[in-house]
Formats: sequence, C-alpha cells, structure tokens
Amino acid sequence: MNPNTRSKTASEIITGMFRKQIFIPIAALLILAIFNLIVDPSFFKVTLGQNNNGDPILSGNIISIIDYGSELAILAIGMTLVTAASRGQDISVGAAIAISGSVVLRVLCGTNSRPDELQAPIIVAFLVSCIVAMSFGAFNGVLVSIFKIQPMVATLILFTAGRSIAAWINNNELPVVKDDVFPVFGGYIPGVPIPTPFFIAILCFIITWLVLKFTNLKLYVQSVGINEQTSRLNGLNPAFIKFITYVILGLCVAVAGFIKVSRLQTINYSVVAKDIEMDAILAVALGGNSLSGGKFNIPSSILGAYVIQFLTTTLYKFEVQADALPAYKAVVVIALVILSAPIVREKIGQTFKKLRSPAQAESNG
Amino acid sequence: MQDRSLLEMRGIYKSFPGVKALKNVDFTLREGEIHALMGENGAGKSTLIKVLTGVHVKDSGDIFIKGHSGPVQIHSPQEAQNAGISTVYQEISLCPNLSVAENIFLGRGKTPIVKWRDMNRKAGELLDSLGIAVKPTQQLASCSIAVQQMVAIARAVDMDCRVLILDEPTSSLDESEVAKLFKLMRDLRSRGVGIIFVTHFLDQVYEVCDRITVLRDGQFVGEYEIGSLPRVQLVSKMLGKELDDMADIKNDAPTFDAMKAKVVYEAEELCSSEGIKPFNFNIRKGEVNGFTGLLGSGRSECVRAIFGADKVTGGRVKVEGKAVKINKPIDAMRNGIAYLPEDRKRDGIVGDLSVRDNIILALQVKKGFFKPFSKSQAIAFADEYIKLLDIKTASVDTPIKSLSGGNQQKVILGRWLLTHPKYLILDEPTRGIDVGTKVDIQKLVLKLASEGMSITFISSETDEMLRTCSRLLVMRDRKLVGILTGDELTQNTIMNTIAGGEQK
Repeated sequence: MNPNTRSKTASEIITGMFRKQIFIPIAALLILAIFNLIVDPSFFKVTLGQNNNGDPILSGNIISIIDYGSELAILAIGMTLVTAASRGQDISVGAAIAISGSVVLRVLCGTNSRPDELQAPIIVAFLVSCIVAMSFGAFNGVLVSIFKIQPMVATLILFTAGRSIAAWINNNELPVVKDDVFPVFGGYIPGVPIPTPFFIAILCFIITWLVLKFTNLKLYVQSVGINEQTSRLNGLNPAFIKFITYVILGLCVAVAGFIKVSRLQTINYSVVAKDIEMDAILAVALGGNSLSGGKFNIPSSILGAYVIQFLTTTLYKFEVQADALPAYKAVVVIALVILSAPIVREKIGQTFKKLRSPAQAESNG
Repeated sequence: MQDRSLLEMRGIYKSFPGVKALKNVDFTLREGEIHALMGENGAGKSTLIKVLTGVHVKDSGDIFIKGHSGPVQIHSPQEAQNAGISTVYQEISLCPNLSVAENIFLGRGKTPIVKWRDMNRKAGELLDSLGIAVKPTQQLASCSIAVQQMVAIARAVDMDCRVLILDEPTSSLDESEVAKLFKLMRDLRSRGVGIIFVTHFLDQVYEVCDRITVLRDGQFVGEYEIGSLPRVQLVSKMLGKELDDMADIKNDAPTFDAMKAKVVYEAEELCSSEGIKPFNFNIRKGEVNGFTGLLGSGRSECVRAIFGADKVTGGRVKVEGKAVKINKPIDAMRNGIAYLPEDRKRDGIVGDLSVRDNIILALQVKKGFFKPFSKSQAIAFADEYIKLLDIKTASVDTPIKSLSGGNQQKVILGRWLLTHPKYLILDEPTRGIDVGTKVDIQKLVLKLASEGMSITFISSETDEMLRTCSRLLVMRDRKLVGILTGDELTQNTIMNTIAGGEQK
C-alpha cells in the first residue's frame, strides 16, 4: 500500500524529479545557462558601478534579466490563474498595460502634460490605475464567464482597442513626469544596487503565496478549470471564479504598467509592453502549466517568466535584431509545446522505464 | 428474404472504441407496418438507426432491401436515401428560412431553372393528399414543430421512400399534434410504407404500432406482435428480467416505521427546467427511499431538482419543517443535503486533482473561501475515508482519474459523507462497479440509515432497490405515477406500475 516504505534508489529520485512540474523551467534555465557559459562566460559578469546621481548600482546581463523579467513574472501570476480557470488566455494584457500606465501619467500630470511638480500623490495615481485595470479585467471576465465567449476572442476586443483608449486618456499627448521619487519604482532605490522592479516582483510573489496559503483560491480555480459541472455540483460558482481570475490579472497588469511608466517617466502608446501578452502566455507554458486549463503551479510560471527574459537577453547578446526576436522565440515555443504534449511525455516516460529496468524487461519478455 | 419484407437486417455488429454497441442484431420491417424499436438508453437503438441510414458503417452483417438482389451496402446518408430509406429526426433538419414547398423540393430539381408555380402546385397537391393543413408558400419557421415534422415526412414520401424512420418524433409535440402525426402515420401505412418508430413513450407504442423489436445492451431480445406482448412483459424485456424469477426475491429491507420519525425534507409541486411534472416528495429521519422507472423516465431529474442541480422552476421546499429556498447546489449543501450524481465522470470527479482534494472539496466549499483546511487536516480527512470505505489508492496524492471506477465512486461517496449530511441522495451509486463494491455500498446505505441518516437511493437494478428501500416512488414519462410501500414492494408490482395502464 505504501510505496514510501521502500528505499528510494537514485534513478527513482531522478524520475521523480522529472515528474515535478517545476523541472521544466529549471531544465530550460540550465540549458540556457550552460549554452551561455560555453559560448561566452562573460555573459554572467556583474559589475558594480555608479549611476548619474552617484549611487552604486549593479549592472550586467543577469541584473537586466531580473530587472526586465519582473513585469513579466508579475503578469505570469495572473495569466496562470486565468489560464487555469477559463481554459484560455488573455491577449489584451499589453494593451491594458498601456491603459493603466496612461492613467498613472494622467493622474500625476493632470491636464498639463509637462508639469513641474506632481498634481497628485504617487500612491493615488497607482490606486486609480489599479481600479481602472481591474475594471478592464472585469470587462474581459464578464465576456468570458457570463457570455461564455472564448477567452482569446473576448480579449481580442481590448487587444484591438486598448492602445487607442490609452492615447485618448491623455488626449494623445505624451506627458513627462518630473519627480525624484517616481523613477525609483522602475529604477533603483538610492543606496541599493539591485533594481527596484525585482523587489516589487518579490513582494507580489509573497502576497500571492499568502493568498494561496490562506484561501481556497487554488482548489477552486483548479476544480473549475478541470471540471466545471462537478464544481457547480459541489457548491462553487464557476462563472464567478473565472470572473475573479480576470480581475486578479487586471491587478497584475496595473502593477506591471506602473513599473513600465516609472522606467521612462513617460509612455509610448504603441510600443509600451508590445507583445508582452505572448511572453506572459509563454511563461505559463514554459512553467509546465497546461494551456487548456486545470492544474497550475505559480512558482513554475514565475520561473518561466525569468527564463523567457533570459532567452530574450541571450538573443540580444548575440545581436539578433529586435525584429527577428519573435522568430527565434517561436522555435523555442514549438520545441516546448511538443515536449510537453502528453504523447511525447508518455513516450519519454516509457523510455525511462525501459532504461531503468532493462533486466526486468528481459526476464519478463 | 420473405415476400412482404421491405427491409431485413441480419447479424449486425458495430463497435466503437471500448464499446460493443451492437452484437448480432436482427431487424425486419414489413410492408405497411408501424414497427416500434424499443430499448433503454444505450440499448443500441440509435446505433442501429445510424447503421441503417449510413451515418455509421456496420462492422459486419447484411442489410437486404426489397427490390435489390443481394445485400446492400450503405456508406452514406445519400446512399440510404437512394435505397428508399428516409429519416425524420427529433430535431428538424430542414431549412427554417425557406418556404414549405422549397423545403419539400430542395436539392431535388433536375433542371437549373425553378418553375415556382409548378413547384408550389405540386407541393400543394402532396400536402393535400396527406391531409397536412399548411400553405406551400408559408415560411417553414412560422409553422409549429408538428407541422415542420409532417413537412419533413411529406418530403420523404415524395421521394418515394418506402422505409420511413421516425426518431423520437413526439417528444416535443402536444397531445393533439401527436394525434395528427399518428393519423398521418396510419395513412402512410395503408399506402404500404414501412415505418420504424423510435420512442420512449409506452402509451404511444400501444396506440399506433403493429410490431415491436426490443434491444438490450446492444443485443436483439426479440420481435413481437403488439397483441402478444402485454406492457409488463415489454418492460421486463427491456430491463432484462423475467417476471417469474423476480417474484421470489425476498424483500428483506428493514421495516421502517414511517410515522414515528420526523420529516427531514419535504417538497411540494417541485419542478425543474428539465421537464419533469411537478411532484410531491418527503423523506423522514432514518428512512431509505428510492426513485424507480426506466432510464429517461425522470428519476434523476427529480433528485437533481431536490439538490438544485438543475434550474428549479417551481415548488415549495421544507427542511426539518422550515421553509427554505434551494436554487443552487450550495443552498442544498447548507441545508445538509448531499448528492452523488449519476454521471461520475461528468459530474462527480475532478479528474486531475488528487484523491485528497476530491474528498475534501465539498466540505471545503461549504466551509468557505477564507477557511482552507491545513494540509495535515486534509490528509487526516482523506485517510479517514480511505480507511472507512476501503478505497484502493496508492496515496492521498494520486490523481483520482487513475483509480478504478469503483474506487472513484467511493472517493465521491467519501466526499459527501465527510460533509455529514442529514439527507444523502445516491443516484446510481453502483453503476459500472464490481459486484463486491456494490454489496459494500448497499450495506453502507443500510448502516448509515440505521444511524439516522435519510437516504434516497436510485438504481437501475430493481433488486438492489428492493433490498435497501422501504418506499419506492415510481416514475413514468417524467411523471410520478405511484408510491409503493410494504407488501407492494415486489418486482411485479414495480413493473406493473412502470408499465401503467394494465394494473387490472
């Protein structure tokens, strides 16, 4: 009855590891790291320098990965929940980031697009952008959960309209924030050499971890994603649970949008967070989560997000043109999707079993 | 092939992955007869029809059709139509936005030019000759369902069909419409058309049919003249139980003194969106009762209405004497009602989740979003019920989908027992599981009842119900038609009540 009483052999531990979901992003990370290590070990070089204000900052490829991967990781949290509950993805997050970033600037700058001082406290701007982004999330959530529209089709609406809404919020002007504190969220805290977005991301993970620990979010979302009928008969309200995941993703969008505008202190409506939805979905997939919903693992998705950023940075390092990046990523996606397909996984599992006990197989045969 | 036969099917086999849908089925249709094809859901009626109409291709066996020498191969609906076989389905497969005449002649013109006046005139003549009161130029969508069905039949007749298949044609018609349809069917019979009539309604079979073929579990049970097969016999053939060996099963259900115990649940005029007729129902503390009837008779729909699983459209409900509203499953759960659904895979398990999560799910939802059980508490619950119900699983973390059917069922039973319900509804808890587990579950039901739980038990196997229930509610055609207690609890009375109309 109890398999744990047997002493585990090394091969069993290895196969056990293979079965763990987080193994997939870890393996991808290791492959990338080893590749870089062989081709050019200087990739990992981190130097301590000073910025214009004379504060110490770390720089290097690894630092830029944990810096720019952070927005992606925050989005991956929400995207994982949406994927698990509604068995589909939200493709409007890039456009929604443009909107919420635009709202932040609008509140900070008021009607004058280049004020000399802030028109409202930063926290107010952030909270307003949260409310706006969550409302747009709610809009998507209603389309998906109540009107039962395919998630990708439902979010296509905001994907199409989002960036023009963002431009309209600021009358198509490009406000610039002049302030000492605002850039900190997308840059460095004076005296701390590690980029702030990384800390914000860690804060988000901690909050997510606490929510998953002290609520039934995980059980409910997984149940609804796996079997809606059963969930309903066990007293859940599947529509509401799907809806709420879109609102949570909205909150993640607000945080990511806030970091984005803080980096530049301004916004470019058509370029900000461009194609980030694809990277966020990829992070979920790379984390080993099924894109058709059900069980999920948020730490895996977060790690997946940083792996994507690792890949992007590696490609930049090898001077791949920005325009050609998606093509290279596509190759990775294909490899990943095929590797995580049930058929392939089963085959791999069988091969491992054979390798593990060839003697047994022979005596049986 | 006999002289009067229009159609003969001999030794038809058809299997789908994992299921043998038809095993050596014979079917004969003669000229000018209305032939009922009877059987419970899953008996193979639809598969046989689909083989005949070319939707499915048979694995082996022969089909003979009058006028063709040798066996006929039917590979597509078009070939079936060419062979003179037409089908009218429950859902009309015509074009609602075209006129009646257009629908009759659609796809049958031989010239590229349509002569509208000729077409409408011909359609008018055809409809007149069949006694269908509708104008050829009327748009089909504006006709009633019954008329639409008759137009579909008229189209078939005009295409020289000699075998007409009517698949559940009456389920969405009212009585007067059914009468009109039957008149048309008799009319066609007198013209020599052979009609295959598939229906769930026993009354209608005895009203209009000449002959009955019964299928069960994909096998041919027999072909009977309508006069030689009383209703009770028909029901027993469909269920697969001979009347004689049913009579002597001893009713060893525990005697239950209904008057002493207080009523736990009571419903008046309850009905749901699934089309059951309003019914009254109650259950007392420690009582085991059951809904019986043929599959599709509405027994599952009744308990689903009690639990709020379907949309409740009317009725009053009292739990322990207090009026309550049960519109959704969570309402029922809060009132101490638990429901083990009939379709385990669709409604019961959460396949990818572990045995542990599956066991705690209902109690966890009842407890609330912000109060998750600790992992150790959840494992303790799971272990308790794994031991109690003797669930065979490698560990509490094993995904439920990798368990056998019987063990999955026990997990779901454990899930509901964990909520400590006052009233437990078990819909087909023993279906598709091995005999040993079946007996375990029946014993458990009696044990729980003796401890004061009220239980409603539904099973397709009547003897299981006789062994456990002290009161049976009999359903026919989505209506509660009888309540049996005490000495009436025998196979024969149950069958008589299910069949109806022939008690005396």
